[in-house]
Formats: sequence, structure tokens, C-alpha cells
Amino acid sequence: MSQPYRIPGRGLINRDRSVSFTFDGREIPGYEGDTIASALLANGEIMVGRSFKYHRPRGIVGAGGDDPAAMVQIGSDPASTDPNVMVTTREIHAGLEARSQNCWPSLKHDVGVLNDVFMRFFPAGFYYKTFMGSDRFRWLNWMTFEPFIRRAAGLGKSPTKPDPDSYESVNRHCDVLVIGAGPAGLAAAANAARSGARVILVEETDRLGGSLNATDPDGTTIGGKAPADWIADQTAKLAEHPEVTVLTQTTAFGYYAMNFVGLIERVKDHLPEHRRDRRQPRQRVWRVRAKQVVLATGAIERPLVFNENDRPGIMLAGAVRTFLNRYGVLAGKRVLIFTNNDSAWQTAFDIRAAGGEVAGIVDLRRELNEAMALRALKAGIAVYPRTAIVGTHGRHRIDSAFVSSLDDNGNVRGSRSRIECDLIAVSGGWNPNVALFAQSRGKLKWDEELASFRPGLSWQQERSAGACNGTLELQEVLAEGSKAGLEAARAADFTVRAIRQPEVRTDAVETLNLVPVWQVPSGLPREKTKAFVDLQDDVKASDLQLATEEGYDSVEHTKRYTTQGMGTDQGKISNVNAFGIMAEARGITVPEVGTTTFRQPYRPVTIGALGGQHVGAHFMPRRGTPMHAWHLEQKAIFEPVGDWLRARAYPKPGESFHDAVQREAKAARTTAGILDATTLGKIDIRGKDARTFLNRVYTNAWSKLAPGRCRYGLMLGEDGMVSDDGVTACIADDHFHMTTTTGGAASVLQKLEDYLQTEWPDLDVWLTTVTEQWAVAAVCGPKAEEIVASVVEGIDLDPEEFPFMTWQDGTVGGIPVRVFRVSFTGETSYEINIPATYGRWLWEELIAAGKPHGLTPYGTEAMHLLRAEKGFIIVGQETDGTVTPGDLRMDWAVAKKKGDFIGKRSLSRSDTVRDDRKQLVGLLTVDGDHVPMEGAQIIGTPEEPAPPVPMLGHVTSAYFSPNLGRSIAMAMVKRGGQRMGETVWIARLGDKPVPAKIVHYDFLGDAVGEAA
Amino acid sequence: MKRYSALELIRQGLGGHRGWDRVWRKPEPKPSYDAVIIGGGGHGLATAYYLAKLHGMTNIAVVEKGWIGGGNSGRNTTIIRSNYLFDESAAIYNHALNLWNGLGQELNFNIMMSHRGVLNLAHDEGEMRQLKRRVEANRLNGVDSEWLDAKEVKNFCPSINISGDIRYPVLGGTLQRSGGVNRHDGVVWGYARAADALGVDILQQTEVTGILTEAGEVTGIETTRGTIRTPKVASVTAGHTSVMASMLDIRLPVESHPLQALVSEPIKPILNCVVMSNAVHVYCSQSDKGELVIGAGIDAQLSYTQRGNLDIIEHQMASLMELFPIFSRLRMMRQWGGIVDVCPDASPIISKTPVKGFYVNGGWGTGGWKATPGSGHVFADLIAKDEPNRIAAPFAIDRFTTGALVAEHGAAAVAH
Repeated sequence: MSQPYRIPGRGLINRDRSVSFTFDGREIPGYEGDTIASALLANGEIMVGRSFKYHRPRGIVGAGGDDPAAMVQIGSDPASTDPNVMVTTREIHAGLEARSQNCWPSLKHDVGVLNDVFMRFFPAGFYYKTFMGSDRFRWLNWMTFEPFIRRAAGLGKSPTKPDPDSYESVNRHCDVLVIGAGPAGLAAAANAARSGARVILVEETDRLGGSLNATDPDGTTIGGKAPADWIADQTAKLAEHPEVTVLTQTTAFGYYAMNFVGLIERVKDHLPEHRRDRRQPRQRVWRVRAKQVVLATGAIERPLVFNENDRPGIMLAGAVRTFLNRYGVLAGKRVLIFTNNDSAWQTAFDIRAAGGEVAGIVDLRRELNEAMALRALKAGIAVYPRTAIVGTHGRHRIDSAFVSSLDDNGNVRGSRSRIECDLIAVSGGWNPNVALFAQSRGKLKWDEELASFRPGLSWQQERSAGACNGTLELQEVLAEGSKAGLEAARAADFTVRAIRQPEVRTDAVETLNLVPVWQVPSGLPREKTKAFVDLQDDVKASDLQLATEEGYDSVEHTKRYTTQGMGTDQGKISNVNAFGIMAEARGITVPEVGTTTFRQPYRPVTIGALGGQHVGAHFMPRRGTPMHAWHLEQKAIFEPVGDWLRARAYPKPGESFHDAVQREAKAARTTAGILDATTLGKIDIRGKDARTFLNRVYTNAWSKLAPGRCRYGLMLGEDGMVSDDGVTACIADDHFHMTTTTGGAASVLQKLEDYLQTEWPDLDVWLTTVTEQWAVAAVCGPKAEEIVASVVEGIDLDPEEFPFMTWQDGTVGGIPVRVFRVSFTGETSYEINIPATYGRWLWEELIAAGKPHGLTPYGTEAMHLLRAEKGFIIVGQETDGTVTPGDLRMDWAVAKKKGDFIGKRSLSRSDTVRDDRKQLVGLLTVDGDHVPMEGAQIIGTPEEPAPPVPMLGHVTSAYFSPNLGRSIAMAMVKRGGQRMGETVWIARLGDKPVPAKIVHYDFLGDAVGEAA
Repeated sequence: MKRYSALELIRQGLGGHRGWDRVWRKPEPKPSYDAVIIGGGGHGLATAYYLAKLHGMTNIAVVEKGWIGGGNSGRNTTIIRSNYLFDESAAIYNHALNLWNGLGQELNFNIMMSHRGVLNLAHDEGEMRQLKRRVEANRLNGVDSEWLDAKEVKNFCPSINISGDIRYPVLGGTLQRSGGVNRHDGVVWGYARAADALGVDILQQTEVTGILTEAGEVTGIETTRGTIRTPKVASVTAGHTSVMASMLDIRLPVESHPLQALVSEPIKPILNCVVMSNAVHVYCSQSDKGELVIGAGIDAQLSYTQRGNLDIIEHQMASLMELFPIFSRLRMMRQWGGIVDVCPDASPIISKTPVKGFYVNGGWGTGGWKATPGSGHVFADLIAKDEPNRIAAPFAIDRFTTGALVAEHGAAAVAH
């Protein structure tokens, strides 16, 4: 094809570089700088898709991000295909593959069009009135219909393989963020930049200049220069300032609290494969905190709502102009203009200037601007004042329009006549693009002249300039932009002086004289009028009227009932028209109707880009101890514990996980075991009130714990429920070393800081997390003393000299260590703390020293097993936020006589002192080989009755104990403490409940013997 | 009330859809009612419907400061499930689930109840233990729930990533087949239409400015449309539960946080169930329209503004990428926030108060939607009889004094 719609000499495309791509398998030629839309139009293709509901043909309507429905699927690779890509915003490049979507079997022949045929039965919200099942046919309910409806809905197709591309997010602070690089934005950025402020200028398209790129290059000068030269000047000036960042291909998608603005930069999408830098992400999110923001986001043209206004070939007048002047494409051979304001006339003049044919200007207004009418006359353009388009014709592209004149009341008068045309350029006026302003929570105000909303009261540190502020004359736009840039810089504490503004000379139409007509009369009854408001979701004016009549009359109800503005374009060109139609239907004004909420994002943002670099391995930090590499070398099995990865077991070659755990647990009790205990939370507590502090956060008493000694403590929430536990050592009178559970380390510190800072600011206490300062190796078992003695110097390990629950400082190879004589297994145990960088070295020293003694490394699973044999709890396993110290039968850990502590009051509440609470017990299954499932429920009968079954409690921990040669379990059981020796049953899915005897949970004590 | 049906749709279609009734009237407030419900969300309208239908209280009004369904009813991710751990929670949520069944037919309004199944994933040993415990408790309570290993998860939900080399691999999960999603607006409108048909006045754009009492008993409310006399006032104002209670100097243990959610652009069906993950902190389903509906945890700050911060969304998307790397190229289309009232035990308040005639229903945290019919049903019972029934009783406010909490932290979709 030869691009028959291309206009010679026009446009900012690079005609020296031909680029072609494919659309539905056909090769489409274009030029570098084209979008898919402009290239398609250059080749006479205007229909690109099907609408959401009725599958009606949809063509290109806008020229940029305002297009409502011209979307395609890009690429066919199941990993990198992109659905719902707007053809008006995607630049073409070699190798680009575009396909029409939401149609089957093909774009032109789509079975979904059946919906269109039966359109009259599918008005807004029809699905609320059917598909719910009836008394006779209950099965005819939503579950039956939903699969068909789901298949018909949706637009493009999701990739089915993981995304091969990468994304990133970066943080920036700036003084002035200018959003939009049209004339106002450029002027603002240039003026702010002169102050030396850090300026970021953001432009959504691939070039600066905005609306200037869409004007007739011969019709306007700025300071005596052609628009393109003025843009180049401004760009060059910006480049001189080192503090200025200019981002093209970047959309400001969200204006959040405290002047935080999210930007999304498309880094590579527009480039052909071979020019994509592998080191660069596909897209980048900029998280910008700006002192001041200048909004220069332009205006969005709205169409007119008239009968059969959705056919391909009906385009916004401004878009026709943009395609002509920016891309050198005149989208039709014979263009009819339809408008209610002056601006669309410029499109007619531009078309004539470019040598195109204008079929006429159909204007709804009676009073026309005389100078303009004269200019039309000179250009040989037919003008139809006080006339409306009442219908159109053409299946996949319009071929003619029907027009009728209107009477004084605005009703159709007389017969309709036919005007042949293959393109209708429509304008219903211009809506200031207030989306970001509204997101910033600024208040909108209604502007009668524009018949639209514009920025009113600001809420954040921002100012609007140019068309987004309702200003349309270029001279004014530049002035406003400059002023906004200066004021923003000054508000950010920079000094800058105003300079003289360049003078604008233009023959472009800059007046509006708009007469709002929210729905153009068709002379037909409502049910026969197909006047579309939202072209993507197929919302007609009659749907909005029906919703209003049915009582869904609040703007939000109408929106939700009709789905107006709920498509991917979020109603950019359609919402104000919809508000107008609602207002007429309710007999009130548009500002009384109000608007729906402008929500983030302004334009859809790639989910992967929002995830940024925090995916895959980088999703969350992976914490490993200094000994981690050693565990890896031993091919340990790991488990995630919070952010940590902990070695769970060290199976030998050919050994099962279960066997490894059994071996490790056996060794730790019969010879010696070594555990990497580094992950336990460690908090250094200092200050003269440290004891008082500990007394308040733990349930037991800390006033008399002497330096050198350790004590176990329980921590409660304010509700009296156990929230953490651990051993704390007294280093000096005003200095303690607290340990917490691995998973609780961060939350305990946070909670303690919270109390210190908000409840007890009077206490002289300082907390420092030292979890990562110390590496900890715990050696336990009968041979532990011997092994540790051979490595640690300066400590006499004789139990008389170094008793249980004390600590001492020593050295290993000259490196200071702190050794705690505490135990989580019931065996003699030494927890050796060493500065973290020596962790692995110490570990290997111990392994070597322990070798002759059979020292066995054991993982967290054996640790769990060993502690269960001894009956030690794990917070989070035996407890679940509903367990008091009494429930654990650990009343010994609660001081009766000391002062207040967190949770104390709750321990005496009526529910907490109930005597039928669940309590922690041991369970021995009658069959010692059976290990119950952790989480299994405990019932009181040998058979499981029909639900609801009364439950006595549940199994919290269960293991096969190698040291006892049978299964052991811990459980929370109602009144458990008073039921020693009783039999209960453990329920099982699909099997008979398992009988088990209640015993004390210290299985190494008397529990097993008593039960036998 | 003209009944909705396929036949009626065709009849109206032929007649140009000019004969539909208004869904609800637009009444002027009467000077007095037998009861007034504050809050025209799903819970409030359900309460009104059941009061009128089951308790014969038809001289009642629902007052709504904005438009009905504009609070959390219109902002949630519509997940329906009842697989809660504790008996008290299982009872009320399962009561709701039973009511959801066939509710569309009862209301003669299609609420698009889709029992497509809810998966709750486990990513570590602790979660496995908790979820298995929950499955067993559910089973014995007669609540539909089952355990799936990782492969079974993949079979049920093929688009999920169960690769072992992600940060938190999927180890398994629970499935409630009867769980699913529905259409929130449909539920609100269906209840409103049915309640209106029974005579309930729905007063939109009517803000309550004060609650009148005499000698410790409720006598009426002050509104922006005048004084309304009534002996019973029931507050169902999620997001402002404590604000309403404070009008009577009642202090509730409620914290209000923003909770955000979002939808992607519509795509053809790709996800056929609801997937929830605690450790990876996200939940996701696909709407009938084709949008992925995605939610996660609350914003940490207390706030009454219905919006949150971008970082929460970013984290949520990163989480989604862990479970569904195939969704990476799809785009977020719309995000929004609501305000959730969170109680210390993550369970709701359905209760009488120290002021006679003033009832409170709130504090549903992040999970109130699924309870809508059950909540309205038992709350109506409480208002009518001035005594809580067996299901409502555990959720009385005196539990914060006695300590008889229903501590469901582990049962919520995401930790908070």
C-alpha cells in the first residue's frame, strides 16, 4: 500500500525512515514517528476493534491518550503479549505485531455482533434483572450463565507465561514538578529553571510541544518564530540547566497526599527489539516528592452525543487536526465537521490549507462568528448553521451522514438530507484535563463558558496553567505557564525575576462561543436512537436516562448501573457529556449532578512496573546468618522463618528428611548437637530504669536478678495473651541483653519502643537491636561441656563455677565471646555469642572440636522436636493470641507481688479466670507409632458425630520422639490441667478418631512413665 | 414491585424500557419511625429488609448521608467465604453463606453470586499448621473447607505460580468451594429495592447530626433534614462506627484505617477462583467484566480519608507478581480506598449499648462484606427483640471488658 491518506510536506514524522508493522497479519507501512493509529489512518484503515458489550465496530476517535476504544493486542508471544494497547499512543517500530481483540473469528466478521442485534433487550443493568433463577428453574441461576458472560466480556488476552522484562522504581525529590510539556508546561519549566530550582518536566508523548505540534505550522508564530523553533529553543534552554530533568514517554499517573506524584516512564516499548538496551528496564516508576507542582495537562475534547455516533470514521475534530499536522495524515477524503463551538472550524481550515476536501460544517448553533463564516466562504466550505447530524451510515466506516435543521426549541425540523463523507470531525467542546488536580483533592468549579469543570480551590501545593485551567488563547496560555513556573519556584524558596513574554501571532481560531448540547436530537424515539456516550463500554444516552428513571439517579449510582466511564479510558472524553445528560434527565444543572471521583491512575499503569524491582528473588529480603554458606554447603533443607532462611535439617546423602531429624535429635540428647541460633532477636537494654522497664514488659520480677544471671520471661499483650518469650541476661545493673523469638524480633522491639516513647517517656531506658551484631552457636548434649571447653578460653565450665541460667565472658582464639548457660532442649547447653563476622569461623572451630565427640549439627525441626520432648512452648505454635500464662500452666512465670505489667489487668478479667479454659497438656496416642497431625481437633467421643461437633481443643505440636521411641504431642485442651490421665480422641478426615491420653507435657519428666 | 425476569426484560425491550418501576421511592422523612437504621450500606439495608420481612417492622427508615452503597459496600473486593477458625465466627459467617445462597432469587435481583471457590495459600510451616487446624475446625463445624497440597492448588488454579524457587513458595492451601464473589452494587440495590417494597423509607442525602436521648433512652435523631423521633436507633456505619457511638459518649475499641483495592484492565477469563495469601500479602479474583480485583493490607496510619498511599499498592503488586508472574504486563486501571473499623480482636461488634435503644453493628475490619446477610439478619433480630440471639451474642461489646474475645487475627485474609 502507498499510504494514500498521507499529506505531502506535513507532519513531524521522519519520512526518510520507512517502518512497517503488521495489523491482523497484514503489513502496514508507515514512517518513524508514527503511532499505530496514524500509520493505520495513512493507509485508510480506521476500524480497529469491537466494543465491550454489543461488539459494535470501533474506530480511531482520538489522537492521543484520549481515545476511548481503539485498542489492540500487541505481540503473540505468550510471555510478552500486551492486551488493550491504545493504537493512538503506541509508536510503531519494525517487528511490531498488532491484532484486533474482543472479536471472533475476525474483526470484520464477529459473532459477538449478535449482542448488537438484540441490543434492545440488553439495556443498562439488564443483568440485574435476570439470570437469578426462578422457583421452577432454580438451576437457571448465575452459576449457569456466568461462564458464558465471562467469556463474552473482557477485552484482550493476558499473557500466560511469566513476563521476561524487568522494571524498576526510583525516588526523586524536586522543587518544581511540571506535568505536561505543551506551551504552558514548557513556559513554566523554563521560567522555574531560571531560578536554579530542581525541575522535573514530564511529557506523556515522545516529543515536547503538546498542542503546538498539532497546529498548522504556517499559521502561528511565537516571538517571531515558528512553533517548532520555539519548542526547540525552550528545549535547548532547559538543557542548559543542570538541575532540570526532562522526561518524555512519561505519564504522571497519580497525585497522592503531600505532593507525592507517581510517574511511569515507558523506556523501551517504542523501540524495535535490536535497539532495546538490555540493561534498561522496560518501564520505570518515578516516585516524586515535589515541593511545588505545576499542572499543565491541557484539555480533552469531548464529542457530541448524536444518533449513530459510534461508527468508525467519526473522530474528534482536534484529533483530525493532530493527525494532519503532527503525523501528516488526513484521515478522510471528504470530511464533514459537526460542532457546537468555534474550535472545530479550525479543523476545516487546516484541511483546506492542506488541500483536503471538506464536505461542510454542520453547526448546532444559530449565531455564528461572522469572520469565521467569511473565512469558510472564502475556502469554499459549505456551512449548515442550526443543523444537526441525526444519523450516519456505513458498516465498517461511515459513508454518509444525515442532517436535519433544528427549530428554535432545538428540535428536529423538516426532513433529513444526506451528505456523503468518509470522516466526521466532531467537537462538543473542551474539558480542562483536571484529573490530577482532582486526585490532589482540589475542588472543581463549573465554568459556564466552557460548560465544563475547571480547577477551583487547591488542596495541595500546586497550580494549574493553560488549557487545563480553562485558558485557550495561546498568548494567555504562555503567560499563565510562565507565571506558574515563577510562582512555583518562589514558593519553593528560590528567587527569580520575570522576563518579557514572547508575542504570539496566530490566525488560528481561539474563540469557543460554545452552546452546550448534551444530546443532539435525532427526531426518533429514544429506543430507536443509538446515541453513544461511552464508546468503550457501550453506554448510550438512553441508558443514562433509563438509570435515572429507575431511581439510580445519584451520579455514582448512574455510573455503576450503566458502567459509564468504567472502561480503560475511565471516561476521559465521555464523562462530562454523561453528567450533562444526567442533569437534563433529572432537570437540574450539571454542577448539581457533580462528578464521579477522579481516581488514580490517570492512565492504566503496568502492574509489573508498580512491583518494580521487588520481584522474584528481590521480593523480600532473604536474611541468612553468618553461617548460612556453611549450611548451604552441607545441602541443608531450609525453611522461611519471617525474613530469615533457617536450616531445617541436614540430611546425609540418601537420607530422608524424617530420618535426618530423628538422627539429629537423637545425637543432641545422647552425644552432642550444634544449632545455629543466630536468628533469635536480641535487644540491648540500657539505662538506670532498665529493671523497672523489664518489670513492666515481662510477667515476672526482675528487680533482683544479679549481674551475670539470666532469666526466662513471658511477654503479654494488653489483652493478657502471651505474645513473646525469651531469656534476658543481666549484664550490669543498668544493662540487660534480651532475646526474643526469631519471628517476633522486629515486632517486640517496635512494641517496646512504642511503650517507651508514648507511655513511659519518663523512663531512662535505651533500646538497640543487636540481632545482627552477634552470631550464636548453641552446643548442647552430654558432650557439650567437653567440646566447648576445648574451644572457649577464660571460662571455667564446671557447673559449680558456671551454673545453669548464668553467663560469662570468654575468648575463642583471642576473640571475645559471651557464653550463656541456657537451654531450649533440656540438655546442658552453651549458647556462644561472638561478633557476627567471626560467626562462621567459630562454627567451624566448634564443628572441628566436636568431631571426635560425635557433634551433630541439627536444624530447626530437630530443635522443635527436642524442645517438645522437654515440654517447652513455642510462641506462635502452642499459642495463637488467645492463650494466657495460666492456659500454658506457666503461672510460675507470673509474679504475684510486683507492680503493674503489660496485660496484668486482663489476667483478672472474668473470661480469663474461667476455670474451663483450654490448657496446655501433653498427649500420648494409645498407638505410640501414630503421630497426629498438627492442627488436628480433639473431641470427647471415640466416634465422630455429625457436625457441628463439640471440640475440646487442638494438637499444637506432634513429633515422633527418637529419644522416647514413640509419638508425643502437645495440645490445648479444655480444662486440660484437670484431666490428667483421661482419654480424648483426635479427629481425622476420613478415618476413625485416634485415642490419646492426657499427660503432663514434660515428656522427659514423668509423663511417659506415668502413662505407660 | 414489578418482578424482574427474562420475560419482563423482553416485554420491556419491546416497549422501549419505559415501564420499569423505580427501584426505590424517594420519600420525605416522616416525623417518627419505629426504628431508624443509620447507614445505607449492605449491612444496614439488609438489617432493614430483615426487620421488615421477619419482624414485621415496616415503619422504619434507613438514613444515609450520601448515596446508598457508597461506603465500604461499594469499595470492597466482594470475597465470600466462611472458613473461620473459631466457633463463634464460623457460626456467623456460615449463617451468612447460607443466606447468600439463593439470595438473588429471594430479592428478585441478580446479585451475581458466583460460588467459584476461595483458596487460602500457605507459604511456611507455621501457616500450614494454622490452615490445617482451620480446615479441621471447619470440617467439624460443618463448614465446607478442604486442604490442598501445592499440586492440587495448581490443578484448581492453573494460573498460579507454584515454583519452588520463589521467595515464599506455595506449600499448599485451603479451599472453600462454596466461597466466591458476587456483585456488591447488586446486593445493595437488591436489599434496598426489597426493603422499600416492604415499606421501609430509604432516606439518602440525610446526615445524622445527633442522637436524642431522654433518661438514658434513645428518643430520636437530628438530621440535616430535620428531627426524627424513634425509640430505636441502630448504627451500621462502617468507617465511622466510633464516630456515631461517640455522639452518645460511648467509646468503642475501634481503630479506623484506610484499606485500598484496585482493578486491572479487563481481560478474557484467566483466573477462575479467589486466591488469598497471608505471607505474600495479597488477594485476587477476576470480575465478570474481566478485571482482576486485587486487595491487600491496610494502610498503617489512622485516617478517615478514603484513600491511602502508593507504597501499599506497590507492595501489593510485587506480591501479586510472586503468585502470578503472568499478570506482570497487565495494567492497574483504577484504585480506591475505603475506611475499615478494626477491633482489637479482629471480630465485629453486634451489640446493645449502655444507652437503651441504641444498637451498634460495626468493627468488621477488612472482612465485613461476606457477612452482609448474616449480619443484617442477626442485627435485625437484636433490634426487634432487644436481646442478641445465639449467633450475635459473642459479638457484644462487653467482651472487651470480660476478655471473651473472638481473636480471629489468624483468620483474616491478611495479617493486621
